[in-house]
Amino acid sequence: MSSADAVAPLPNPLPRPRGELDRLRKIWDPPSGLRFLTVINNEYVGLFYVGTAFLFFLLAGVLALIMRTQLAVPENDLLTPNTYNQLFTMHGTVMMFLFAVPAVEAMGILLLPNMLGARDLPFPRLSAYAFWAYFVGGLVFFCSLFFNVAPKGGWFMYPPLTGGKYSPGINEDFWLLGIGFIEISAIAGAIEIIVGVLRTRAPGMTLDRIPVFAWAMLVFAIMIVFAFPAIILATVLLELERAFGWPFFDAAKGGDPLLWQHLFWFFGHPEVYIIFLPAAGMVSMIVPAMARTPLVGYRLVVLALVGTGFLSFGLWVHHMFATGIPQLSLSFFSAASMAVAIPSGIQVFAWIATFAAGRVQLRTPMLFVLGFLFTFVLGGLTGVMVAAVPFDWQAHDTYFVVAHLHYVLFGGMVFPLFAAFYYWMPYTSRNALSERVGRWVFGLIFVGFNVAFFPMHVTGLAGMPRRVYTYPAGLGWDTLNLISTIGAFLIAAGVLLFVIDVARKFRMSPEENAGNIWNAGTLEWLPNGSYSNRSIPIVTSREPLWEQPNLAQDVEAGRYYLPGAPTGRRETILTSPVEAQPQALLLMPDAAWTPVLGAVFTAAFFMLLTVKLVAPALVCGVITLAMIIWWLWETDPGPMHPSVDIGGGLKLPVYLTGPASHSWWAMVVLILVAASVYGCLVFSYLFIWTVAPQIWTAIDALPAPGYPLAAAGLIALSSVAIAYASRALRESAGWRLRSALLTAIPLLVGGLAVHIYGLETTRLSPVESSYGALVYAFACIDGFFVAVVVIMALYTLARSAAGLLDRVRRATFDNMMLLWHYTVAQSAVGLVVTHAFPRLVG
Amino acid sequence: MELHHRIQSALNSQGPHADELVTLAWILFIGGALIFLIVVALTAYALFAPEKRRAWLSREAVIIGGGLIFPVLTLSALLVYTLIAAASIIERSELAAVRVEVIGEQWWWRVHYLDAQGRRDFTTANEIRIPAGRPVELSLKSADVIHSFWVPNLAGKLDMIPGRTNRLRIEAKQPGVFRGQCAEYCGGPHAKMAFYVIAEAPEHFEAWLKSQREPAAEAAVGASEQGRALFLSHCAACHTVRGTAAAGLRGPDLTHVGSRTSLAAATLPNNAGTLAAWIASSQHIKPENLMPSFDIFTGQELRAIAGYLEQLK
Repeated sequence: MSSADAVAPLPNPLPRPRGELDRLRKIWDPPSGLRFLTVINNEYVGLFYVGTAFLFFLLAGVLALIMRTQLAVPENDLLTPNTYNQLFTMHGTVMMFLFAVPAVEAMGILLLPNMLGARDLPFPRLSAYAFWAYFVGGLVFFCSLFFNVAPKGGWFMYPPLTGGKYSPGINEDFWLLGIGFIEISAIAGAIEIIVGVLRTRAPGMTLDRIPVFAWAMLVFAIMIVFAFPAIILATVLLELERAFGWPFFDAAKGGDPLLWQHLFWFFGHPEVYIIFLPAAGMVSMIVPAMARTPLVGYRLVVLALVGTGFLSFGLWVHHMFATGIPQLSLSFFSAASMAVAIPSGIQVFAWIATFAAGRVQLRTPMLFVLGFLFTFVLGGLTGVMVAAVPFDWQAHDTYFVVAHLHYVLFGGMVFPLFAAFYYWMPYTSRNALSERVGRWVFGLIFVGFNVAFFPMHVTGLAGMPRRVYTYPAGLGWDTLNLISTIGAFLIAAGVLLFVIDVARKFRMSPEENAGNIWNAGTLEWLPNGSYSNRSIPIVTSREPLWEQPNLAQDVEAGRYYLPGAPTGRRETILTSPVEAQPQALLLMPDAAWTPVLGAVFTAAFFMLLTVKLVAPALVCGVITLAMIIWWLWETDPGPMHPSVDIGGGLKLPVYLTGPASHSWWAMVVLILVAASVYGCLVFSYLFIWTVAPQIWTAIDALPAPGYPLAAAGLIALSSVAIAYASRALRESAGWRLRSALLTAIPLLVGGLAVHIYGLETTRLSPVESSYGALVYAFACIDGFFVAVVVIMALYTLARSAAGLLDRVRRATFDNMMLLWHYTVAQSAVGLVVTHAFPRLVG
Repeated sequence: MELHHRIQSALNSQGPHADELVTLAWILFIGGALIFLIVVALTAYALFAPEKRRAWLSREAVIIGGGLIFPVLTLSALLVYTLIAAASIIERSELAAVRVEVIGEQWWWRVHYLDAQGRRDFTTANEIRIPAGRPVELSLKSADVIHSFWVPNLAGKLDMIPGRTNRLRIEAKQPGVFRGQCAEYCGGPHAKMAFYVIAEAPEHFEAWLKSQREPAAEAAVGASEQGRALFLSHCAACHTVRGTAAAGLRGPDLTHVGSRTSLAAATLPNNAGTLAAWIASSQHIKPENLMPSFDIFTGQELRAIAGYLEQLK
């Protein structure tokens, strides 16, 4: 921090105009009464999210208690296998999908804007939509237990067990369609966080100065973009197999159960780091505050986070060491699985170094951090053990792995989460939690956890497999299981105590919170209002509250940027990604019912499909679409206000056209997700080719080359038409723009129709062979994108006709254009893969 | 079959491969424990030692040394060792003494012994006998969903995947009885899909092979005659007893069921009482298994059928 910064005058002078603060407050205050449900402020949506995630933690925890009661004694008949199998499947599924990922995403939504000096996330209605879809969908999904139709194929859902033949009921459909909305929530969250962390920071907060938690969440979001598509595709393929008999995983028809395992674990392994990295990021915020000194090795820690993110994509086959894959595969993935321990080691030593550099206060958050270190390090070491292939051949699918995964997940995420609850409670609540009760909570949970899970290392090596509803007496497992059950109930006692303390102490109030009782250094501890900070500070260091004297007073007095709301709307500053130079004012919408209703009908759509009520499902789908279009109609306001003086001589435009706009960035992220899904489909096609080349039909089962060539030509022409439309828009030629759009649509649809017609002229059947299923799957996904992009084009037409689209105000068009060109490119890749590849390899 | 706490333990190694795995397990455990203690000690030191004495621990060089260099060195060494161990386990240059095809079914094990040319010699179920001191090669397949073959005393596990054949070598050093269990969740009563591997001195094993090849050995008439008739009329659709008209393939081959140590895939001991109980109420003992409970017989009929089966040695 240079003394020159301290001497420069602050952007805005005192006294502030009368009514400026009141106006700001009025614009940002959440709605009251029933309309409170439509709130979109990140502090509230974040709290709802955290609360819901914690509710699922409690629910899945109760399931675990019931399971442990069944396993407390051998040959127990408390539960039938049918019930037990539903319980363990739901325990895993709810913990991984409804608790772990949403909880860390929720902490991001709750904390990031304030940590970064922004007033809110860049797409606040999207967060609200994602939350309500998760809330409604998740609860309905959980309730499947009460109707005895909960999934029972394991959280990992391996076919053929979960295929239509061996799981004929709707149980597994609940899982497949049920986690659809989780996938939506995660992708929406990822878009918010990437755009938020990169584009909405306080001026001066360069990438080298952002909080470690922001780095962790950025890596988390990018990992979601590339990992979740694998499970999105896998669930689509399995549902197609179950509903329509398309044999992707059926060995008798050229499919392969291992295809599912590759897709699932390509998602599943990064998933656990998606869960862990934000928790590690939170620890990197709490440790410096507790040690009262900056984090030692900030850059090493950031490198470690990024390194873990990368490496974690190269490990997935370690879940398949017992499937009979070749020695070369085993060696590579064993090496990679050991290597991933190294970045975690760097972080552990950085924290130890920070303890050594500071004077640690052993308050409750610190106790949970120590619990995390103990538990996570132990879990990481057993992880290295199972990374050793021969050892894994004994330990795989036994209670040893149950021990390992709980040590790293409970240790690596739940302990940090409790630390975070105690640490950030004063940020969201009028009262902090009780230190005295906190010690008891920690003690019970820590002791209970180790009593429950440490014996499982022994139980597993003593021969007890996983996912068993009972076990025979006399194999040496009886006492070990009883001890584990006792430990589980100790954990429950600690959690219950925590819940009671929260009920006593927590009073939601982001405005009148308990304040910076830890004397921490980062921006979320500035005085808070529903508008976040009164003014947006200039940041010159990593711990602004420690390094910049009077920062809190000056921010609160309105001396920094944007002390009011000059356009009368919700605003924050849009900055450049690396140097955080202010570029524009980002105008955000107000609360509305459309995201909430859209979310409810989205959840209803998926759930009605699951119970096979197709017509009502389609109705809900149409209503969802209507809600989304209504919601979107209010966005893309254009430059509806002249450039705004935010202080310090800076005048910012209120709208950006082209690649600098935040909506362009969001669309690019969405395209990366789509491309990843398609990439997984290409992988699936090539993988099945290696597995069952004999099922690959002869060349004459492919359509004549004329069809794919014509299709490619037509869709390429549609892109040309869109490019022409873009030029027309630049020249403000409304009629030419609309004609070009009206030309592009039939060209694209026509191309798809020619493609599918060509397939229909052959003997290829999606039901008879995996090859046919894959070729038609390409066409299906292309068709889905064509439908989406055509709807977007029609919407764009409507905007143009209503006079809401012009040379400058063109974000709507640009988003559609980006996705259109992507759809054409994606379809072209699909045509090359399905029509050229088989001809090339004979 | 008397269960004891070492009969299914990976730490009770009874074969050369399992021995290597136990050695590896101890190395990993001791190494891991040492590293864990070092990290705990360093953390405690960083927290509680006097400020001047812990200053060295706050330097970035320590992060690089402890978090990067140390793990790279130890993990590289560990990786090389484990890869060599893995290679030696899956190496199969020595000719197998016996070849057995094991097919995982929901929720039992179909066992075909193969002759020297790899053709099926005879069929049994849920129990695999091997000659002690010789390597045995198992061809692992599945008839329905993914299962996994795991006999911890002798070897690591290997999955049984529809559409694929996986090969596993097992070898017992001494005669003994070893229990194994399905180690890949296969729905329903996965918890009760287990089996026995019984290693015998080579001469006993040869004698067993000979007797298993024979069709059903039947003793005296009398109660056995009624049991046999009831069996043929009610059970032949699913079960095979070579030498009779029963040739059903849905369920386990029962030609020599009386000679096995257990029933229902190592769920029950094998005697007339458990046979009767299984026939009458299998759904109660192993819910969702694919054999319905035959509660249509009178007590006397049940005893007759059980008596018939018991003497199929």
